[in-house]
Amino acid sequence: MTWVVALNTFREAVRDRVLYNLIFFALLMIAAAVLVGQISIGIEHLVIVNLGLTAISIFGLVMAIFIGVGLVYKEIDKRTLYALLARPLRRRQFLVGKYAGLLLTLAVNTALMTLGLAVALFYVSRTFVRSDLSILVAVYFILLKLALVTALALLFSCFSTPMLSTVFTLGLYLAGTFSTDIRSFGEVTESPALGAVTKFLYYLLPNFNNFNAIAAAAYGRQIPLILVAQNTAYAAIYITLVLLAAAAIFSNRDLK
Amino acid sequence: MQAAIEIDGLTKDYYLGFWRKRPRRALDGLTLTIEEGEVFGFLGPNGAGKTTTLKLLMGLIFPTSGGARILGRAIEDVSMHHDVGYLPEQPYFYDYLTARELLDYFARFFRLSAEERRRRIGSVLDLVGLSSAADVQLRRYSKGMLQRIGMAQAILHQPRVVFLDEPMSGLDPVGRREARDIILDLKRQGRTVFFSTHILPDAEMLCDRVAVLVGGKLQGVGSPEQIVSIEVESLEVLFELPAGSALPPALEDAATQTGARYRIQVPEAQLYDALEGLRAARARIISVSQLKPTLEDFFLRLVGGEQRKHAVEISGGGL
Amino acid sequence: MKQSGRKRNIWAAALGIPLLLAAAYPLQRRIDARVRTVQQEKDELMLRSGRVLKKLSLGYDSLLADIYWTRAVQYYGGKRRDHDPNFELLAPLLDLTTTLDPHLLVAYKFGAIFLAEPPPKGAGRPDLAVNLIRRAIMNNPENWRLWADLGFIYYWDMKDYKKAAEAYMEGSRRPGARDWMKVMAAKIAEEGGSRQTSRFLWDQVYRSTEDPNIRKNAFEHLQSLKAEEDAERLEEFAARFRRRFGRFPASARELVEAGILPGVPLDPAGYSYVLTPDGKAHLNPSSPVTSDVLKPVLPH
Repeated sequence: MTWVVALNTFREAVRDRVLYNLIFFALLMIAAAVLVGQISIGIEHLVIVNLGLTAISIFGLVMAIFIGVGLVYKEIDKRTLYALLARPLRRRQFLVGKYAGLLLTLAVNTALMTLGLAVALFYVSRTFVRSDLSILVAVYFILLKLALVTALALLFSCFSTPMLSTVFTLGLYLAGTFSTDIRSFGEVTESPALGAVTKFLYYLLPNFNNFNAIAAAAYGRQIPLILVAQNTAYAAIYITLVLLAAAAIFSNRDLK
Repeated sequence: MQAAIEIDGLTKDYYLGFWRKRPRRALDGLTLTIEEGEVFGFLGPNGAGKTTTLKLLMGLIFPTSGGARILGRAIEDVSMHHDVGYLPEQPYFYDYLTARELLDYFARFFRLSAEERRRRIGSVLDLVGLSSAADVQLRRYSKGMLQRIGMAQAILHQPRVVFLDEPMSGLDPVGRREARDIILDLKRQGRTVFFSTHILPDAEMLCDRVAVLVGGKLQGVGSPEQIVSIEVESLEVLFELPAGSALPPALEDAATQTGARYRIQVPEAQLYDALEGLRAARARIISVSQLKPTLEDFFLRLVGGEQRKHAVEISGGGL
Repeated sequence: MKQSGRKRNIWAAALGIPLLLAAAYPLQRRIDARVRTVQQEKDELMLRSGRVLKKLSLGYDSLLADIYWTRAVQYYGGKRRDHDPNFELLAPLLDLTTTLDPHLLVAYKFGAIFLAEPPPKGAGRPDLAVNLIRRAIMNNPENWRLWADLGFIYYWDMKDYKKAAEAYMEGSRRPGARDWMKVMAAKIAEEGGSRQTSRFLWDQVYRSTEDPNIRKNAFEHLQSLKAEEDAERLEEFAARFRRRFGRFPASARELVEAGILPGVPLDPAGYSYVLTPDGKAHLNPSSPVTSDVLKPVLPH
């Protein structure tokens, strides 16, 4: 039943024209990377991977947040949820279905953009090398990151307007990206109280820095498998806890 | 026989205001039992709590106190939705889907084979008269068409109990008739229909029983005739007075004059006294007829009374 | 009646969320250890050209300068925390910062200190620090304090007393320059790297700054200069003791008992010095005073 909701969410996204614009821009950026690579010497590969993965990450993020914050809110606001919840469908199943649907959308989009990146790389290098595999790992990390961002957007979508949810989600994303800096700031200031607070925040906030492997991929550095496993587990744990919170809130909400 | 819907002390407070939340009671201790196979009308003016009741029963909002069971299962139990259909008030559906896709989406929540889904979707689309627009995206649908597709999705899975919130609103006269036919059809199939409306003739025509709700409080339950007979029936006497004779003093206040004719309204028990008086005044009685109050009269009286009561409360509160 | 799903969801969240957070903690620690190996060499700048960056900043160059300055400070702080002597990105980061905002004096001033300090306190590249300050002077020619900073680096980190004197002299000619700039120039020209000159220099730094970090640093330097001076004197007394008794004294107390010293000398933090059997004076290990010359030794 969850799957039925997921497929419909996917269908909604596919029928939304905004998405195609986003993919178009992402592919355009990858194409531009080819040009940039050509006017500089010796770093075509580096620039394409760097810019390409950055484009995949940014456009994925935009999609995850902008669709994510409307996932639940739109159904409540337009009252499409009323008839749906009259089916034998639990609210948490609905939530997980919506989540899975957007995740599926993001996965398909990311796959398309990765394909574009592969084409661009092949156009420049005329071959693939073993170290290009780390690009796929980097893409997988981006997907994990998007999955976590989507869960957060969904959580906020359960109780707040899309506008506010965007602010909240983006804020948490930034905080989670710079949490390493926040912590080292706390360590450098030598104030034990501040150090404790920043350390606490560091472990409490979702750590998006874990998923940053773009540079490693650009230099063809190998990413250890154990890190792939650990990051997967981390994302799974954090996503589960965010969805638990979302289910608790949404299941007790009156639909006005 | 098991009751189709048992509502027990269902109460809902809404909290208004941002900082200091004040409760507003939208539904006050509703207790009601509806038998299987009944067509039950839920009447009341706008804001009486009809939609609140339906949303509570569908689990869209949660009761402040009280509860309800549908076909013996608590409303918190989602499995009861297998046998329940619901048409929300002013329904709206995913506008990126066509009617056929929407129905297929909703049908997938029930254990139906693809073949069965296809067959049922075709037949309900036919029933609500949307076959020709089945493959048009819902964003192009008019209000009336949305109401029809709403009806279609409510009965698609052949539920034993159907809840309809204002099923006739937004429909033209032909559409209303078709909706009435669908409800009568459901009744013939032995299904229970619980529908809310503020349009009384529909209720009088379709319902086995009705309940009247005003200001969140249940005012009365019964067959349309029963509800009406709660009120004391009165009689209307039409008469003419010969020249020179005066109205009996007892009837002076009650009479209204139209040209040469007079009209008085008297309760049944006082009819003979009134006729005695008139005969003494040598009045020519033209007709004596029973005044049959309609549901509408009853309804208006209740609403009027309620409003008067509110007025008193408001002025009383100001002191 | 069946347990309501609503309450179940709340219980699941109330129990599940703390549990999952507890599980995420050790995992994050492991990832931190691992991710460092992947991202460590990530010390790189995509863009090294300040001019390109300035164009890309779309008019927000001064904000971007602040961000890069913060990044430089974080970079420096992180390296010090990790005891990593490789500060190779510090100079490019400072370069970008000061290209984006050529008037961000704090970036030149502290940047030069970070660059000039010998490892592990800094990059140990006084030459780069000089370049940075020279750029600062080019962009802010009226600022006499920048000459003082330049002279300081020449004097203290490069021991180039001729250039140091020149810098102080040059700065003293700028409008608003304090008189001690001239005194400094003269002192360095005359005495070179004497301890007295150093003390004068640090004393000026100590008095002229309002930044608590710089003040503390200057104070520590003044203390260690004082301690070094004390130690030299103490060793002279020890030599005198040896001439009289044929051996070095076991402690400063023995010097007092022999009537050579009126009392036991204490370092600026109030700890007594330690004398080793070879007649050398050392700092007490418990003393907070530090010195590059005097090593702390446990009293025997």
